[in-house]
Amino acid sequence: MAAKQLVHIKVNGREREAMVEPRMLLVHLIRSFPGLTGTHIGCDTSHCGACTVVLNGKTVKSCTMFAVQADGGELLTVEGLMKDGALHPLQEGFKQEHGLQCGYCTPGMLMSSYALLEKNPSPSEEEIRWGISGNLCRCTGYQNIVKAVQFAAAKLAEGEKHELSHVS
Amino acid sequence: MSCRTSPEVGGMGHAIKRKEDLRFLQGKGNYVDDVVLPDMLYGHMVRSPYAHARLKGVNTEKAKELPGVVAVITGEDLAKANLAWMPTLFFDKQMVLATGKVLFQSQEVAFVVAEDPYVAADAAELVEVDYEELPVLVDPHKSLDPDAPILREDREQKSNHIFHWEVGDRATTDRVLADSEVKASVHTVFQRCHPAPLETCGCVADFNRATGRLTIYLTSQAPHAHRTLFAIVGGIPENNIRVISPDIGGGFGNKVPIYPGYVCAVVASLTTGRPVKWIETRSENLQSTGFARDYHMTAEMSATADGRIKALRVKTLADHGAFNAAAQPTKFPAGLFSICTGAYDYPNAFCEVDGVYTNKAPGGIAYRCSFRVTEAAYLIERAVDVLAQELKMDPAELRMKNFIAPDKFPYQSPLGWSYDSGNYAAAMKMALDAIGYDELRKEQAEKRKRGELMGIGISSFVEIVGAGPAHTFDIAGIKMFDSCEIRVHPTGKAICRMGTKSQGQGHETTYAQIVAEELGIPAADVTVEEGDTDTAPYGLGTYASRSTPVSGAATAMAARKIREKGKKIAAHLLECAEEDLEWEPGKFFVKGAPSKSKSIQDIAFAAYTNMPQGMEAGLEAVDYYDPPNLTFPFGTYICVVDIDKGTGEVKVRRFVAVDDCGNIINPMIVEGQIHGGLTEGFAIAFMQSIDYDESGNVQGGNFMDYLLPTAVETPKWETGKTCTPSPHHPFGAKGVGESPNVGSPAAFVNAVVDALSHLGVKHIDMPIAPWKVWTILKEKGVVN
Repeated sequence: MAAKQLVHIKVNGREREAMVEPRMLLVHLIRSFPGLTGTHIGCDTSHCGACTVVLNGKTVKSCTMFAVQADGGELLTVEGLMKDGALHPLQEGFKQEHGLQCGYCTPGMLMSSYALLEKNPSPSEEEIRWGISGNLCRCTGYQNIVKAVQFAAAKLAEGEKHELSHVS
Repeated sequence: MSCRTSPEVGGMGHAIKRKEDLRFLQGKGNYVDDVVLPDMLYGHMVRSPYAHARLKGVNTEKAKELPGVVAVITGEDLAKANLAWMPTLFFDKQMVLATGKVLFQSQEVAFVVAEDPYVAADAAELVEVDYEELPVLVDPHKSLDPDAPILREDREQKSNHIFHWEVGDRATTDRVLADSEVKASVHTVFQRCHPAPLETCGCVADFNRATGRLTIYLTSQAPHAHRTLFAIVGGIPENNIRVISPDIGGGFGNKVPIYPGYVCAVVASLTTGRPVKWIETRSENLQSTGFARDYHMTAEMSATADGRIKALRVKTLADHGAFNAAAQPTKFPAGLFSICTGAYDYPNAFCEVDGVYTNKAPGGIAYRCSFRVTEAAYLIERAVDVLAQELKMDPAELRMKNFIAPDKFPYQSPLGWSYDSGNYAAAMKMALDAIGYDELRKEQAEKRKRGELMGIGISSFVEIVGAGPAHTFDIAGIKMFDSCEIRVHPTGKAICRMGTKSQGQGHETTYAQIVAEELGIPAADVTVEEGDTDTAPYGLGTYASRSTPVSGAATAMAARKIREKGKKIAAHLLECAEEDLEWEPGKFFVKGAPSKSKSIQDIAFAAYTNMPQGMEAGLEAVDYYDPPNLTFPFGTYICVVDIDKGTGEVKVRRFVAVDDCGNIINPMIVEGQIHGGLTEGFAIAFMQSIDYDESGNVQGGNFMDYLLPTAVETPKWETGKTCTPSPHHPFGAKGVGESPNVGSPAAFVNAVVDALSHLGVKHIDMPIAPWKVWTILKEKGVVN
């Protein structure tokens, strides 16, 4: 067994550190932090996307990265989406549009959708479908997930307008 | 159906948002892999690389020497405790860990237990197993050949034959078929596939030496039945076993059986006195746990020249793999496959099924399906299309002509079922109108002239779901009733505990809505709890679309018992006779004086503070519901496809699904179930397949090889509904979760075949991959 290494990462705004084996997968490290089991594991081949998190602004499948590769990075997981006790518009959209059933793919779906909207605030339906194509869902048939992302995009756009009017 | 309650109360028919969503959206679901207990150990399975081999020796020494390894369990170890084999859910037995030989690739051979999951995986690599390869039997059609290797040396019967089952009138059916004016036949393989819920199977077994109690956190669709089986097989007093099925990340039938990994984790916890977690990898899930289908079916149909169906004969070979680990009711080795006569009215039918062993993973589970109903619906809907081709008749017209008429219900099918209610023509008409059928046929004719390939596929399915009744249905001897317990608290809020277990179906919302409907307590004030065998009433669990038909009915009946008691309390509070009271959701009032009333909340408070003299305190009831019959949801699905001649790729242009599941509890959830089921049906028709090579190597053993659709491939679904309530269900519901998966595969395949029918194509087996279509186009000279 190789010597353990110290890894510093910022998860949802909070500094964390851990001694890990170099071979430890990032997803296992994330899930080892108390209260951070929302990031799931659904396959061994990077196909399902249940483990998707946002690392330094980009989505990664955390089962396909070693924890040591995330050293010094900034992570956003599903647990970091709420702000001031309020649901993120994506979380609200998934609830309003029935975009989840068993809930297992949901955290990964939310993170992929989050990164999509950061990059493209008003995606077309096709762009949404491609944007979440790295995430498998076995329950919903995706249709309501697409609607949920559209709901969030509209809500975020509205909020931005609101903020702009405040500034002026 | 109009709603009897306000949206705030949220009874039947309201599309209220799901109560369970908030925790999932915040990453606060509690799945089995999220369970972490102090001092927990981790299990890892050693599996066979061979499909059939003599087990000459298992050497665990090196593995045991690895620091961090606590135990390595082999089949020989289990044999000493008489646990090397366990019963399956269908009167067969299955090896927990192999002794003597292995019978399929990835079979469980040894179980490593270590302080850390990585160490457990390392140690598994150090277990040395000595195999001597044996001849492999992959093709079920060769299972009964005289020179086939006998796979199951443990059985008295030295044959690979498991069962023969038949139903119907063979002689008459044979005669009618022999005298057919028009005959159609189709041979089809419903391929082996796997439900592949996104969460794999797993457990945490926690034996507490101080208390003698064993708690098992389990990915279980049937926690109560599993507790009983652990008690019977393990010899542990049932009161000392607590099964907790926490949040389940999808089941689709995959989480009905008991798997060797669970048993090994329990044994490891019993022997070490520490909690042991075992979570499958995806490849372990696909390669070793309950597969579905693998039905090799031939249907022959007889009809008059003007298109009246006269008879159906079905012969099927069922590949069960190495152990018959099907989860079927006792009397039904082929499940409810005899629903294969479908939505059509004809008097003669005969159906026979033979089950055989092969060197493949064990199973035969009901994948989003009520025990082989998917196979049956697919077969009849394929056969009817082939018959339409033989008759040169439009497939919609042929179906309309033969549907069971609405006034014939309850309808006695020729294979023995009593269909509760239906109006098949109405659902089909709605679907035809919605998709614009006549226009599409015109478009197709014009496209054909131009050499373009477009097809329209119809499936008018009938399901049979909601088992019991208990006099006919049981799993491993336990009758198929189900249960609900409701307790109304003093402040008028309530908790409902169920014998079922949601895996994403939204039970926490829908059962609360039933209580809201029956008692007028707002759904928001009703907590629904499932999956803890220490607290919930006994039940058989969630599969076969049985939650709403059985536990949903139990919920209504328990609520009605509470209402009965509530009436006595209301009469006491209003100082009137019970006969003077009338009920509307939420309150009793005096006939003719509606202002004199007591709300359910007033009544609940009085049940603890001011009950009539001689009455027991409290307001609670439990109901174990035994349905008088099954329910028969139905619908018509129509699919339109365009085929790219250059690549053989099939593009689903449109898909209209009209479902009739009787009265609906929550239309939003029903629609969600339909979207999901259609997507799985689409996946089965075009992608999902677990194949084996001639050496018995699994070809669909991970998500690289076992294809699942993403949002990009998945079509957009258009849904519609008709409503024909079940006459025997307390609130007229039928169940819906499986209909779209049962009804849709035939619609997809019928559409593709329809696109190619003018070339003489009558059938293509699933999954319809582009290469299959392209090969046909090449054979037919359409492409070079």
